[in-house]
Amino acid sequence: MAGGGSFDTFPRLLLRNAARFRARPAFRHKDLGIWQTWTWAQVAEIVRAYAAGLHRLGVQPGDKIAVVGSNRPKLYWTVMAAQALRAIPVPVYSDAIADELAFVLAHAEAKLVAAQDQEQVDKVLSVSDRVPHLETIVYDETRGLDDYDHGRLMAIGDVIEDGRAALAADAALGGRIDEFIRQGDGSDIAIILYTSGTTGASKGVVLSTRGCIDAATDTVKFDRLTHQDVVFAYLPLAWVGDHYLNYVQGLVAGFCMACPESGETIEQDRREIGPTFYFAPPRGFEAMLTRVMIRMEDAAPIKRRMFNYFLGIARRYGESILTGKPVPLSGRLLYLLGRLLVYEPLKNVLGLSRVRVAYTAGEAIGPELFAFYRSIGLNLKQLYGQTEAFLYVTCQPDGEIYSDTVGPAAPNVDLRIAESGEVQFRSPGMFVGYFKDQAKTAEAMTSDGYVKTGDAGFFDEKTGHLKIIDRAKDVGRLADGTMFAPKYLENKLKFFPNIKEAVVYGDSREFVCAMVNIDPVAVANWAERNNVAYGSYQELAGHPLVYDMVANDIDEVNRSLAKEKVLAGAQIRRFLILHKELDADDGELTRTQKVRRRFISDRYAPLVTALYNGSHEADISTEVTFEDGRKGAIAAQVKIHDLQVIGTAEALGKAA
Amino acid sequence: MRAPDTNEILLQIDGVALSFGGVRALRDVSFNIRKGEIRAIIGPNGAGKTSMLNVINGFYHPDHGAITFKGRTRTKMQPFEAARGGIARTFQNVALFKGMSALDNIMAGRTLKVRRGLLWQILRYGPALAEEVEHRHRVEEIIDFLEIEAIRKVPVARLPYGLQKRVELGRALAMEPDLLLLDEPMAGMNLEEKEDMSRFIIDVNNHYGTTIALIEHDMAVVMDLSHRVAVLDHGVKIADGTPDEVKKNQAVLDAYLGVAH
Repeated sequence: MAGGGSFDTFPRLLLRNAARFRARPAFRHKDLGIWQTWTWAQVAEIVRAYAAGLHRLGVQPGDKIAVVGSNRPKLYWTVMAAQALRAIPVPVYSDAIADELAFVLAHAEAKLVAAQDQEQVDKVLSVSDRVPHLETIVYDETRGLDDYDHGRLMAIGDVIEDGRAALAADAALGGRIDEFIRQGDGSDIAIILYTSGTTGASKGVVLSTRGCIDAATDTVKFDRLTHQDVVFAYLPLAWVGDHYLNYVQGLVAGFCMACPESGETIEQDRREIGPTFYFAPPRGFEAMLTRVMIRMEDAAPIKRRMFNYFLGIARRYGESILTGKPVPLSGRLLYLLGRLLVYEPLKNVLGLSRVRVAYTAGEAIGPELFAFYRSIGLNLKQLYGQTEAFLYVTCQPDGEIYSDTVGPAAPNVDLRIAESGEVQFRSPGMFVGYFKDQAKTAEAMTSDGYVKTGDAGFFDEKTGHLKIIDRAKDVGRLADGTMFAPKYLENKLKFFPNIKEAVVYGDSREFVCAMVNIDPVAVANWAERNNVAYGSYQELAGHPLVYDMVANDIDEVNRSLAKEKVLAGAQIRRFLILHKELDADDGELTRTQKVRRRFISDRYAPLVTALYNGSHEADISTEVTFEDGRKGAIAAQVKIHDLQVIGTAEALGKAA
Repeated sequence: MRAPDTNEILLQIDGVALSFGGVRALRDVSFNIRKGEIRAIIGPNGAGKTSMLNVINGFYHPDHGAITFKGRTRTKMQPFEAARGGIARTFQNVALFKGMSALDNIMAGRTLKVRRGLLWQILRYGPALAEEVEHRHRVEEIIDFLEIEAIRKVPVARLPYGLQKRVELGRALAMEPDLLLLDEPMAGMNLEEKEDMSRFIIDVNNHYGTTIALIEHDMAVVMDLSHRVAVLDHGVKIADGTPDEVKKNQAVLDAYLGVAH
């Protein structure tokens, strides 16, 4: 097991890995149908040449280098080369629309942009007049870029070649690169990660080299990660999760990062590479399960029965076997048979066979979903974190796993709940501040140096683990004073396979209402099996049978709410199904697919009004933005459905 | 869009006429295709566009007239001769091996490039193996180029129409043709698929320098895409020139929009 130890900068870690793990794989990338591999020694050589090339292009310590694109080795090497020169890498979400990109590039004062392909280069060029510091653009994939003006445009491959040739010709250049690495210091800025902006404009979170490496050293030890592990780098490059779990932990532990061939081949590639450490947001695990279940619907009856029988066995014994609790011998034997016939083949299909540690975070995970993966023997755990902490605030240790908590404080993290109920922490990876924003930094910190997370939570009495309820500022009250935690309700709704997204209203209102997005995959499959004809998403969403189905789900939620004394008054009285999917391109979701509540209530104001004025239909017209920035409009008439409130007694009756 | 570098003529059609019984599909049609250009043949339904394409690749033999391809003139040519000569095509109704994967279909496009004999191929040993690796490499480049990595191993019959069209284009590209004939590459596609396909056609022309002749009846697409456009109506060429010239031509407007009598 390797840790950060005395290596307090990334270029030094890279050199250490090149010496210690020489011929072990550092990067893999599927290209032209074949997994190409680079060893640590090769990567160190390439990054050195790349750094020399960038130096010759005029990159100086402290310059910002933006990285726009998906998970490609050359883009990760850009981050490494920048860090070698003591320049500051700034990754940007590859699906950011032009305005978002322009904002980040200008705010970060990016001098050089490394873009993945023609699409990203076009986007950067289209905003270049708004980015005064920008001098050079380098790119990975050359396709389609032959005819461009190469005055300030260069292929990354050429930069590396140029650097390599210059290093060979000029020994002093090598000395200068070594000098940069020697001067590097743990207090240097390692990277600036821009938050996805759940609440308005994104902020640049500045992280220090020492902090990043210390935090990762702790978690690498916590999960016993070694140079023999393999991760699958498919998460957005600009997201703290990818940077932490894959890049930083990879350098600290010396393991291999495998990059998928393209966004559409992720499932096949995951299966081929078989990662040992895996992260997916709850919706990722949910999508995986949905696909399995849909395929099982079409399987032969005997297979289906076997599948269902052994999933029952797994539900009964799986968790206990995984956490090492006592299980009767017959249960163990049946589970073993199940492993042979169902669980292992299933995990193999999903590409999870070799996973030793899997994490999920970002949203609450459905208890059934969580239990499913754990019961088939996947060591799935939860963590809670944020960019300002450089990811980990809490995480679940092996053997102490609960679906409704996020675990105790991560190693060396100091955690407390403020009077207001807000979760606050101090951690080794804690951010230095927001880039060029003293005021916001001060706002996010307490006077005694804790970071305010903005989340409301409490420590569970039984386990001592942290439980997160909602964003602190989102918890509200109904007109009659009943507590209203929107996220809590929305999560309950989203645990139903038919419901993909939900937004509930109720703060300072008489009662609670919901706007729902159906899950197109699950509902389309249901429609196919039940001979329901439809022409478009909009038509399917408005179908009376679909409304009935969703009404049943919501009744179920109301029934569970009726059992909880504090929340029984916050049952959902009316709902509607939205005519379009909420989309990040329209600003309705953040880039990490979280609902932007306030924006949505403005955009769909007529619908919200209709929910509360008793009408049964409402007209709405919304503007939509296509990926290339063009705009169109969707108009629809949306129906509103009333629900019966379930009394406490009735709920108890049903439950009995 | 980059204009072709040379005025060298790749294909010359002189006075071609073709009839099926009493139907005169083509009447004395002449035009040429320059090396490196994107050449469109347009016209209303039944104008003789597909017949023209079938004459070019030897599927039909014209009653009169001559076809000169790469400097060689012939009246009768078999489709396989055309293929060997460097003419590849796609079809109006997708013609793929439905049960085979996208990858295998595109590999089939390499058939004419295979040098080793059948026995070597069956043994899959030594030079034959090396050759197959090389072919696979070329095919993978095409797969990367057309962005169909995710469907590499999927049987073609299970793919949506737009993707089948793309696989068919891939198979034609695998032949590394001098002249690529596309028969209504955008028929039955939605706007987004059309835009994707247009981009691929332009990229093929730019990247591989392939000369392309395409038939299309969506005027808007053709005008954005082509260097030169020939317009057929009832088997007669009624206009020929750059998109702008053709757009202003009164005969073309009449053919498309009808004439007030």
